[in-house]
This record gives sequence, structure tokens and C-alpha cells, in this order.
Amino acid sequence: MLTISFFSAAIIAGTPLLFATLGEILTQKTGNLNLGVEGMMLMGAVMGFLVGFHSGNPFLALLAAMLAGAMGAGIYALLTISLRANQEVSGLALTTFGTGFSSFLGQSLVGQVTPKSISNFFNPIAIPGLSKIPVIGPIFFNHDVFVYFGYLTAILLGIYLYKTQKGLNLRAVGENPGAADAASINVTLYKYVHILLGGALCGLGGAYLSLVYVPAWQENITAGRGWIAVALVIFAVWNPYRALFGAYLFGGLDIIGFRIQGTSIQVSQYLIDMLPYLVTIIVLVFVSFKKSQEHSPPKGLGKPYFREER
Amino acid sequence: MSTENPYLKMEGLTKTFGKVIANNNVNLQVNKGEVHALLGENGAGKSTLMNMLSGIYTPDSGSIFIGGNNVKFSSPKDAIDAGIGMIHQHFKLVDVFTAKENIILGQKQGGFFTNNKKMGQGIRELSQKYQLDIDPDKKVYDMSVGEKQTLEIFKVLYRGANILILDEPTAVLTPQETTKLFKIIKRMTEQDCAVIFISHKMSEVMEIADRITVLRKGQTIATLDKDKTNPKELTDLMVGKSVDLSIKRIETPKEEIALEVKNLSVLNEEKVQVLKGLNFNIRSGEILGVAGIAGSGQKELCESIAGLYPVHEGEIIFKGENLVGKKPAEIIAKGVTMSFVPEDRLGMGLVASMNIVDNLILKQYQAQKGFLINRKPAIAKAKEIVKRFDIQTPGIYHPIRDLSGGNIQKVLLGRELDSNPELLITAYPVRGLDINTCHKIYDLLNEEKKKGVAILFIAEDLDVLIELCDRIMVIWDGRVSGILDAEKATREEIGLLMVGEKSDKTEGAYAI
Repeated sequence: MLTISFFSAAIIAGTPLLFATLGEILTQKTGNLNLGVEGMMLMGAVMGFLVGFHSGNPFLALLAAMLAGAMGAGIYALLTISLRANQEVSGLALTTFGTGFSSFLGQSLVGQVTPKSISNFFNPIAIPGLSKIPVIGPIFFNHDVFVYFGYLTAILLGIYLYKTQKGLNLRAVGENPGAADAASINVTLYKYVHILLGGALCGLGGAYLSLVYVPAWQENITAGRGWIAVALVIFAVWNPYRALFGAYLFGGLDIIGFRIQGTSIQVSQYLIDMLPYLVTIIVLVFVSFKKSQEHSPPKGLGKPYFREER
Repeated sequence: MSTENPYLKMEGLTKTFGKVIANNNVNLQVNKGEVHALLGENGAGKSTLMNMLSGIYTPDSGSIFIGGNNVKFSSPKDAIDAGIGMIHQHFKLVDVFTAKENIILGQKQGGFFTNNKKMGQGIRELSQKYQLDIDPDKKVYDMSVGEKQTLEIFKVLYRGANILILDEPTAVLTPQETTKLFKIIKRMTEQDCAVIFISHKMSEVMEIADRITVLRKGQTIATLDKDKTNPKELTDLMVGKSVDLSIKRIETPKEEIALEVKNLSVLNEEKVQVLKGLNFNIRSGEILGVAGIAGSGQKELCESIAGLYPVHEGEIIFKGENLVGKKPAEIIAKGVTMSFVPEDRLGMGLVASMNIVDNLILKQYQAQKGFLINRKPAIAKAKEIVKRFDIQTPGIYHPIRDLSGGNIQKVLLGRELDSNPELLITAYPVRGLDINTCHKIYDLLNEEKKKGVAILFIAEDLDVLIELCDRIMVIWDGRVSGILDAEKATREEIGLLMVGEKSDKTEGAYAI
């Protein structure tokens, strides 16, 4: 069962999770908890598919997906940053909104398949040289461009967060917005920009599902993956590199059910569906036991910031 | 020192919040190379003035001149660019960052990546110039309070500040750390910086300041040379009338021991021992002061006597009876009360969104019978307490959140004293209060002492401990490092004990 084809499939199943997780990491690093990942993924999935279906252009489709995700995040950002609404409630509302938005726009698309021009664009491309490495090559380097873009995004996000001045400023905003403000960092601007970017990444995660993974439109295409991404952020202890590992692990857990059905082992599908959440709970227990300062959530997470409040 | 051409000039500054006039036509002039102290009671407008100078508030009218140029700040960034550095009372540091990361935070000239040699060199040069000891790779969460403050000062200097505002910088420091801070301030003035020093502590103002400006009710009252004034005159100017500054130590007859604590040890949630075998006693009609760096076990001590903290080992004997293992309600019924004023003032003992009456009921509903609460006795009590303690409130049904800090503390203390305790535990009762209100609270404690109440008084201000208490117990790292006779104790001696240095004078004082 644990064959190369299984691991390769786990990477593909993990890719939508990876984008959504990276998006949520970026969001939470600003100190804002956005529980609307599921909603933003659905908005990205439907807009990406809609534009792709009508235009046949993969780039336009991806752009539309990112804009849709960012638009969802924009609603959330406006509510929580400028209007100081409760972050949890706003995020949950965004999920409800995104679900309705995708059902409404997707009504006429149900059952439609991704146009040829797009699915051709996302055909697997073996990377010369790397794909020849035994075991590793076929698992990691024989995929569509979207998967490679996922690797790249995670690595770039890691460099951005830990090696650049802007990343340092961003982490300060999430940890202690008062300190960031006193260091003349524009807290509101940093929050808006990164929450919007985070939303765009979530939108991309959704578009991968509708354009490449399925690849057709179906109602509620994300099927709870947005929530798994929220759990993955904790699993990855807010680190993009660990998110890379976590997303593929959870991708594997996601498809393990199908694989088991083909064998003689009898396990309930519901038990297998529980696995990602169970793993998250175990990680949460470990993280809180360790009480490490480095591996804890951003200190300002969930708290709104007003300069003049004491 | 020329006063004709001040480096910083604030002229006719006015700031109102709704109907409240926080600053009314305030004037302040600060020269290069001087330490200028700002004195004033709570609500005199010191913070408002400094917030306007650091760009957090925009003045309604008036102007600020720096080096002769009229400046207008619309954000803290503008103020920083003009060379103004504010060192906040609550440090603006990111705990999980290293010192270096905190220093370069928000900097523009560093380029895209943080790993930059030029910055490291800049930090080294600056630390030599001002002789500030900074370990660039140390994480803030591993630093002591003094180190954090040094880092804050360094951060501000690194941003090119030449006007430094220190907002009650000594509130959290030990006497030794304060001495170190004053040396740093001296070096800054030698480098031609202007330092604005805000403090409640008269002795420190007299030690460090060159000139002093007194604010009262949002107005500038006077600017005086330190050499031509004295604490008495400054206090009178601050309060607006003649005040008696002395704290009386009332002599009471030697009575029997009310509380005896033997070998008290407690463990915190992580099973780390936070109190390590404490031994002490308090007589009826005696005030035992407790000095110690914040977090040395003060809170655990209070809470274990009050029955809120599990005792690992040892005995707490009150009137011949061991309190260990008793429920808080039983301990209260025996006449033990506790009031702990935490740093945020509201965190313990009172519910901010409830009014005075409901906060009183919290403590006495258990004494009532029946299912429903009878509010009448509490209403009467509330009226009495408001009258007796002169609490400024729109009414007893007003949420206490809206009262000023001093009034909230009076409500807490009033409630605890109202139960006619035999043992009063009070921690930081004057935290953040101005001199006038402080003295009212000291008087209240003395009144209780006269009645024969045993008082455990935990405080930050060593001068007050020395003047008010009968004996002073110093704790360090969960241990008693010494118990001194207050009449003979000195600040230096207490300061040394606070950091665990042994003193040979302590042995005899413990004898009862």
C-alpha cells in the first residue's frame, strides 16, 4: 500500500492543503486568526473554475482565484482591523459566506469539466535530472507546475519570514503590535497586506481542487479541507517549512481511505476521516507540554490592536 | 546652561478629550544635556503631554519647537524622525526576538535581508559610546527587568534619539538597577542628549534632575532649579496646598503573636518550588513590611495564607490554629483578609464591569441564608464605604471600571477593612497612586494597626517600608533573605538582601 504511487498521490492531495496552510500562517503571523479558510478556498475554487471554464486560460483562472480569496480576506480584514469586530465570529461568518457564494456562482457549473486547454497546462512535467533520482524523483519531481509552485511558495515564505527586514517587522506585528508601532511600523498596513495575501493563497488552494485535483465543478468541493488547514497551522507551529511536511502528511491521511478500500483491510471511512484531526490534537498536546517560547502561537493572536488603549 | 535658547520648547499646548481638559496651555522648555523631571499627581497631565511629544496624540492647539524649528507630529514615526525617543513604562519589546532583532525592528536603512554586517557594527559602536552592556543574541524572555530597560534605551538611541523620555523608569527596578540606570542617564546627558524624567518618587527626582517642572490639573505650575528647591516645596506645588509628607510609625504595645508561619513551601503548576521554607511571624498591632523584587514569591505568600494556593509543606498558624488545608471561606471567617493589587490593578479581587454594591456582595453572599440575595445590607455598606474613604464615583451603581485607579483601590481596601479583620494582608495597595492618595492609604493602615490588627504589607517603595513598618522582611527567590528592624534598616541594606546578598546585621533582628 505504501508505494511510490501512494506518496506521489499524497503530494498532490496535500497541495491544496499546503496553499491554504501557508495562507493562514501568513494571516496568523499578523496576529489575526482567520477561521474563514474554508470560505476563501471555496471562493477561489469557484471563481477559478468559472473564469477558467469561460476563458480557457489557466493564468486568468489562477488570477481570478487569488482575487476571490483576497476579496474574502478583505471582508474579514475590514471587519476585524478597521471595525474591530470579533475575529473568530468574523472568520466563521466568512466561511458561511464563501460557502453560499460558491454554491450560488457554481449552480450552472455543476458537473462541468475543466477545459482541455487548462488540464493540458497542468499535465505532469518531469523535472530533468531530479526526476531520475530513485524513489525521491518520482515522488517529488514528476508533478504539475502547481505542485512545484507550492514548494517554491513555502520556501519563499520561510525566507521572507525569517531572513528579511519586512518579515521581522511582520512577526513583531503579530507578537507585540504595541512594540511594532513604537518602532514606527505601520501595523494596520502590515495586517491588511498580509491578510489579503494570505487570502489569495487560500484561493489558490481552492482553485487547485476545482481545476486540477477533481478536475470538475462540484458543490462544496473543499469538503472541510479549510478546517484541516487551520489545524495544520498549529501542527506546523506557524513554520512554513514544517507546513510543507505537514500538508503532505495530511494529504496522505486524506487519500489513505481510498487506498484501504482496495485492500482486504476493513476500516470505517469515518475513523479514517478523523485521522488528521486526531494527529492535530496529539501535536497540540505536545506543543503545550513543551511550553517552548519559540514554538508557541504569535502572542498577539486574536487580540485587536488600538494604539490609544492602555 | 542657557535658558534663552532651549533645545525643546513646548508652547501653549492644549489637549481635550471630550469635556475633560487634559492639558491646558502647558509650557515646557528642555535644554540639551540636562535631566528635566516632570512631577505631578495622577491625572496632572504628564502622560498626555508626553504622548503629544511622542506623536501618539495630536495637540488641539499650541506648538512644539525642536532646535528652533516648529514641528508637527501626526504619528510616532514623525516624532522618532525628529529625534524623540520614548521609553515606555511597559516595555515595547518582542519577547521571542533577540536583542538585535528588537533593535533593528522597523528600520529602513537595513536593506531587504536582516543578516547585515553594517547593523552589527552600528550596535557595537553605540554600546561603546554609551557603555551599555547588550548581548545582541540574547532573547528578551531570558532577560532581567534591568536588561530589558537597557535594551529599550539602546533601541531608542539607535534610532538617533537625542531627546529621551523616561516614563517612571524606576518603578520596576531594584535600588542597584536604579543606580545603574542613573549612571546611564548621566552618560546620555554628557553626550548632549536631553532627558525628560517622569517619576512619583521625590528622592529620585532630587537625585537625578537638573530642573523640575511641576504640573497640576493639566497646567504648568512652575519650573524650578533642583538646587533652589526642596521636596516639601515641590510636593506643595504638586498638590496645590501644604501637605504633611511624613509617614508616622505609630507605637503600639508589644502584643502576642497573631500569625506564625513555619517552614512554608509551595510548588507552582510546573512543580517548581516558589516558596522555599519561609519562617516569620507578625504580632497583633504590628506592620510587617515585605520587600523583594517582583516575582520573588510575594503573590504565592499572600495566596497561601488566604487559602488560595496549595501549601506543599509547613504550617501557617493563626491564633494558635493551623490554616493549612482550610478553605478560603473558613479562613475569611476567622478574620483574615487579603487585598492584592496586581500590576493591571483590576486583575484580582474586584470585577470591573460590576458596581460597588455587587462587588461587596461577592464577599458576603455566603453569609446569607436562602436562595435569593438580599441586597439591602450591601447597599448600606457601599454608601458607608464611599463616605468613609471619600471615593469619587458617579454613584454606587456605577461600574467600577470607570473609576480612577486610586478610587478602585479604595473600594478594594474598603471592602477588606469593612470585615473587621484581625490579620490584613495587603500587597501593593498604593500601586500607581499619587502622593496624596498614598498617604491616605498609609493613614488607613495605621488606623487598623492601632486597633490591634496584624498587617502584612507588601510594597515596592523602600522609603515607605522603612518609615511605616515595624519590621521589614526581605524575600529573594522564595526565601527570607533577612528580617530587619525598620528603624535601623537602610535602603542599601534592603537592596542587597533583595538580590540575595547576605547581610551580617540580619541575624539579631529576627529574634522576637
